[in-house]
Amino acid sequence: MGQTTAEKIFKAHLRDEPFPGTRVLDIDRVLCHEITTPVAIADLQWRGKDRVFDKTKIKAVIDHVTPSKDSKTALQAKMLRDWARRHDINDFFDIGHNGVCHAIFPEKGYIRPGFTVIMGDSHTCTHGAFGAFAAGVGTTDLEVGMLKGVCAFREPKTIRVNLNGKLAKGVYAKDAILYVIGQLGVNGATDRVIEFHGPVVEVMTMDARMTLCNMAIEAGGTSGICQPDAVTVDYLWPFIQDEFASKEAALADYSQWRADADADYDRVLDFDLSAIGPQVTFDYKPDCVKPVSALAGTRVDQVYIGSCTNGRLEDLRVAAEILKGKQIAATVRGIVSPATPKIFQEAMQEGLIDIFMQAGFCVTNPTCGACLGMSNGVLAEGEVCASTTNRNFSGRMGKGGMVHLMSPATAAATALTGVITDAATLS
Amino acid sequence: MKKIFGGPAICLDRSDINTDEIIPAKYLTEVTKEALTPYILEDLILDGFDPKSEKLKSARVVITRDNFGCGSSREHAPWVFEVNNIHTIIAESYARIFRQNMFNCGMLAIELKKEQIDALFTLAKKGAVTVEIDLPAQKVVAAAGDKKESFSFAISPFDKALVEAGGWVEFADARY
Ligand code: SF4
Repeated sequence: MGQTTAEKIFKAHLRDEPFPGTRVLDIDRVLCHEITTPVAIADLQWRGKDRVFDKTKIKAVIDHVTPSKDSKTALQAKMLRDWARRHDINDFFDIGHNGVCHAIFPEKGYIRPGFTVIMGDSHTCTHGAFGAFAAGVGTTDLEVGMLKGVCAFREPKTIRVNLNGKLAKGVYAKDAILYVIGQLGVNGATDRVIEFHGPVVEVMTMDARMTLCNMAIEAGGTSGICQPDAVTVDYLWPFIQDEFASKEAALADYSQWRADADADYDRVLDFDLSAIGPQVTFDYKPDCVKPVSALAGTRVDQVYIGSCTNGRLEDLRVAAEILKGKQIAATVRGIVSPATPKIFQEAMQEGLIDIFMQAGFCVTNPTCGACLGMSNGVLAEGEVCASTTNRNFSGRMGKGGMVHLMSPATAAATALTGVITDAATLS
Repeated sequence: MKKIFGGPAICLDRSDINTDEIIPAKYLTEVTKEALTPYILEDLILDGFDPKSEKLKSARVVITRDNFGCGSSREHAPWVFEVNNIHTIIAESYARIFRQNMFNCGMLAIELKKEQIDALFTLAKKGAVTVEIDLPAQKVVAAAGDKKESFSFAISPFDKALVEAGGWVEFADARY
């Protein structure tokens, strides 16, 4: 019997099986940010175990609230910063160099096919876009990861999701994943890995694949996983060219992580995406999804373009194309947050930042900020936000606020009109 | 600290209660578990639920429905229960990360079948529910007035070992 990608990764990383069905894996990347790591650091200190298992495998960033907004967030940042210095963590990103964790770590080339990745953050599943097993964990798992380099998981049952057909013009990875979550439900993939296959994924860029895998958790998935291929190798090439004689050699090596044709899946789901249009959420759960047309005309107070879901260069390009030479509605506050300094710079060089500013957008530094309602764009009671982020829970962007999740294209079109708008309907 | 399982229960009759409802992100700026204490379930959307009620203060067990703790990986969600002396949750199912966080903290996330959860909610209509847990025997007994429901529950040997060890740090430290 063949194996899924996750099964292959589990097999190659198995450290221990303390009980049947429990796999303790060696971890290749333990990623840290300033919200969930400080308590782990404090606990390790309290236990007299302020150590790290391997400083080269630990990467850290201050991203959620940066620059710090008050004394408490300043303390969190300081605890992470002091710890990174104390343990000589080279790959630590602070003000001036920092960006949203799930954007900056892949951008630096830290994630490779076949890796095991954990982070104290639920959207760690994003990194599965590279053919890695990447799972969000809590602070205790993170703490043990930092100290011992291991993490325990149940057997990786896998749902294979075949995305068939071809996305229509104006339909993006965000629409595809919103549609799939709408079909799967918020717990449709609990305790399962979602392995994405099919022609829609094959032609996606790495940016788009990251958008896809980013939201696997919104269906309850442990990790989203794409199959490593030539697109993966092209993206990683600047970081791996010393390791491999050629791109072909890299591809041959990474192909070992591709699922076998006769792999055993928990479920196989086929979706034909040729006919779907842009999607948007309503209500407070990410599986409440409808075509944009069903919500067209809904008033919004704020439009937010950014986050680990859709704050990458490709996303900014799509939004800027729609905004070019136009002004956003007077009733709307537009906020754009490039996810990393590199993305910000490239967007500047391409003239995208100019377009956003001329349209009336506020451009923030790279940070999570408004996505989780901690800074840089918190909603007031009763306000509505059109957002390219991944979570529409009640209170997510501010108590009493409503969040509609959508693609950057839909968000840009919505900013122009002040009401939820399908970009295709703009004249 | 030794965890206490069982005691007076509070029933949260809803599915998909997420981590933002259990502990809103704005409190994630705290760096101690204790500081979270007053904010438990502050944003929960549930008719008639009052996060400041005596009933919640005296509760030691939560009984709820499907997909409890979905959303963020924040361990602040189990912690806010822990510091409010709620060390047991009984639900039809959990989001993976929340469930693992509970066991990693040495707390109990018990799963029962839908009919059994239904029976507990019916029981709650008779009066205040008190729950007894026998972990070695994997048994839950819930009582309200003179009515009783008792069920066996399944728990993986690993999760049981975590609860017995006091959590994952203790377990991992002894073994790896
Ligand atoms: S951008 Fe939002 S979802 Fe992504 S890591 Fe930051 S807070 Fe989490």
